[in-house]
Amino acid sequence: MPDIRPEPQYATLEQQTDVAVFGMWIFLATEVLFFGGMLFAYTVYRGVYPEGFAEAGRHTKIVIGTVNTVILLTSSFVVAWAVHLAERGRGRGVAVLLGVAALLGTIFLGLKSFEYYQEWHEGLVPGLRFEAAGPHAHAMELFYLLYFMMTGVHGLHVTIGIGLLATMAVRAWRGAFSSAYHTPVEITGLYWHFVDIVWIFLYPLIYLVGRSGG
Amino acid sequence: MTATSPDRAVTARPAAQPPNYLTEGGSTLRSWLLTHDHKRIAILYALTITVFFFFGGAAAAMIRLNLVTPPGIFAADTYNRLFSIHGIVMVWFFLIPSIPNTLGNFLLPMMIGAKDLAFPRINLLSWYLFVVAGVVALVAVIAGGVDTGWTFYTPFSTMYSNSYVILAISAVFISGFSSILTGLNFIVTVHRLRAPGMTWYRLPIFVWSNYSTAIILVLATPVLAITLALLAVERLLQVGIFDPALGGDPLLFQHLFWFYSHPAVYIMILPGFGVISEVVPCFSRKPIFGYKFVAWASVSFTAVSFLVWAHHMFVAGMSVYAALVFSLLSYIIAVPSAIKVFNWTATLHKGWISFDAPMLYALGFIGLFTTGGLSGLFTANLAFDVHVTDTYFVVAHFHYIMVGGMVSAYFAGLHFWWPKITGRIYHEWWARIAALLIFVGFNLTFFPQFILGYLGMERRYHSYPPEFQFWNILSSAGASILALGYVMPLFYLTWSLYRGQRAGANPWAATGLEWTTPSPPPKHNFDKTPTVTRPPYQYRPEPEPQDAQGHA
Ligand code: HEM
Ligand SMILES: [Cu+2]
Repeated sequence: MPDIRPEPQYATLEQQTDVAVFGMWIFLATEVLFFGGMLFAYTVYRGVYPEGFAEAGRHTKIVIGTVNTVILLTSSFVVAWAVHLAERGRGRGVAVLLGVAALLGTIFLGLKSFEYYQEWHEGLVPGLRFEAAGPHAHAMELFYLLYFMMTGVHGLHVTIGIGLLATMAVRAWRGAFSSAYHTPVEITGLYWHFVDIVWIFLYPLIYLVGRSGG
Repeated sequence: MTATSPDRAVTARPAAQPPNYLTEGGSTLRSWLLTHDHKRIAILYALTITVFFFFGGAAAAMIRLNLVTPPGIFAADTYNRLFSIHGIVMVWFFLIPSIPNTLGNFLLPMMIGAKDLAFPRINLLSWYLFVVAGVVALVAVIAGGVDTGWTFYTPFSTMYSNSYVILAISAVFISGFSSILTGLNFIVTVHRLRAPGMTWYRLPIFVWSNYSTAIILVLATPVLAITLALLAVERLLQVGIFDPALGGDPLLFQHLFWFYSHPAVYIMILPGFGVISEVVPCFSRKPIFGYKFVAWASVSFTAVSFLVWAHHMFVAGMSVYAALVFSLLSYIIAVPSAIKVFNWTATLHKGWISFDAPMLYALGFIGLFTTGGLSGLFTANLAFDVHVTDTYFVVAHFHYIMVGGMVSAYFAGLHFWWPKITGRIYHEWWARIAALLIFVGFNLTFFPQFILGYLGMERRYHSYPPEFQFWNILSSAGASILALGYVMPLFYLTWSLYRGQRAGANPWAATGLEWTTPSPPPKHNFDKTPTVTRPPYQYRPEPEPQDAQGHA
């Protein structure tokens, strides 16, 4: 069992864990506001251009979106399980589960890239290759602009998350954690759940707007 | 004896000093650039923002030089770049980081009896982000400058401006991350690392105000970041998000921008309130009046500051009802300010007042901030605002708050804690002269601008009708006095580092925890974690007697 001491500014390991978890929550609060700005812009323009946004929404790839939702939800569950095992000091099991979650994240990114590729092909990329015409062309362009920004920033978070999950998997495999100290796993778990939750908001906004009620 | 004078002999013997954060861990450049010690990081910040302050100041000097005569000496375009860089540097690279990142970083952990901030590595990272942001901003200036003003209003910034907007925005964006990380660190530290017995109501007001500032930093900065990202995307791809010609909505930009930037005003002023609330009780030898009110006033700023952003948009086209609501809310925010000013005055009342340099700066702050605040009530008044919007009245208003207020507070704090930070005492007489020069120079510079604004001189023009010249000359003359006042501390503070008297642990006979540890403090602040048993500000009318080392 590794002998882990708290860093100098903390009195105990429990305090170190507590501080780290609290810090992560605050960080996530800033992240919510970060996405919040984009969601605000999205909401405003959806109010201004309801038809255009519906029209644009119908061009999104709902199958990929739905599959990806399932994948992220599953990965979130796997991570929760890993944290649970970490509390019991089961290093190898934690490593395997975190590895699986990282893999699921990678599949998500793969599908997302394929989706982007198709959108490029169909001329749905604002500013670079945008070919939609008609009365709603401008609103559609706005929709896709916000779509690419939101999913792009989300994708960046997924990428960082995969990096974290993989690192934690390796460290868990090497036995860096114990039931007494597994804070990094816990923190990574929190982060990954956040990435998942953001997607749960994005999914209906992107894929379901144009399809609800016609 | 040789030629060495007696007091030099005393100062030239560092061996007598216990190890402290300046000596422990080495003094190589590397040990500074890789340090995790909040005190050293505070000093890194102090050096960096000083550079920015004088850079922004140089731009201000050129602006004032240009405005001495109506046609001006610079072309309109050059003038636009000058005031843009002045505003950008002063707001993002001086005002916002000044007190929290220097004094806050240094003192916050000590004031609550902690060994360091909660996340020392993140603290260092935050400084590096700040430096990178600063370098990017400088590159933007050198590459050709920015002419949008510090607000980057669309559609000008996305369509018409042919300058380095994206680069400048990136600089602000990166510095935003630095702010967020600092805010996060402060919040967690105050919540989790308080020493035994340090309850919330025993926190010094300086801690309360930095804590409130941190909340604003964490909640408002991300919105600014994403707004700037949208702006950059619009400019790069020419897709209309904000530009009406492309089907976008310029008001959306202003809403998002001011959702950040109004709270940002409190990011700039709250830490200043904190400093004043430490200095005034100490130099009046009285506990701060209405401690709980002062503490909660800081927190209520945080809440209200998020509700008043739209008073910046009265003339930008909003419905009358919305304007009324925001006008009313803006009056409400005057309440916590009034509470603060009232409490400081009440603390001064019948106090045992001594006019040392920190106190002079603090009194200057109270006067100037009150003037600025009162002029703010004028601008919160809908009808009057329409008359003075975009005139020099507004310029005077925000300089009274930001420069008269915040910069004075920063100087007050710098002088107050200088002995703690460096272990040395500066030359009191020079410090007082500088404080007076700054006060006089400041009023001479900016009071004429209220008049100019009232007479109708518009801001952001390189030239003006000749009848305004008298007041402009006055203002520029004042600016040179002010500049002199700002340069002086550079000399006498540096001098004190080499020749100043040793300070002792508590030269002002002050009561905070930070004064119970040696000056300069040891690496982990306290040899033994203190236990707190008393509320703050337990001042007595007369200073307690001290021995030669300054120990009470
Ligand atoms: C040292 C004396 C100073 C002088 C003479 C001065 C002068 C000026 C002038 C003439 C303007 C342009 C106003 C306009 O046309 O809109 C300006 C803008 C501004 N100043 Fe100063 N200033 C000084 C110090 C400062 C300091 C210390 C700060 C902040 C710490 C500051 C912050 C600003 C800001 C934020 C703006 C707005 C820039 C913009 O319109 O984009 N100033 N100042
Ligand atoms: Cu405001």
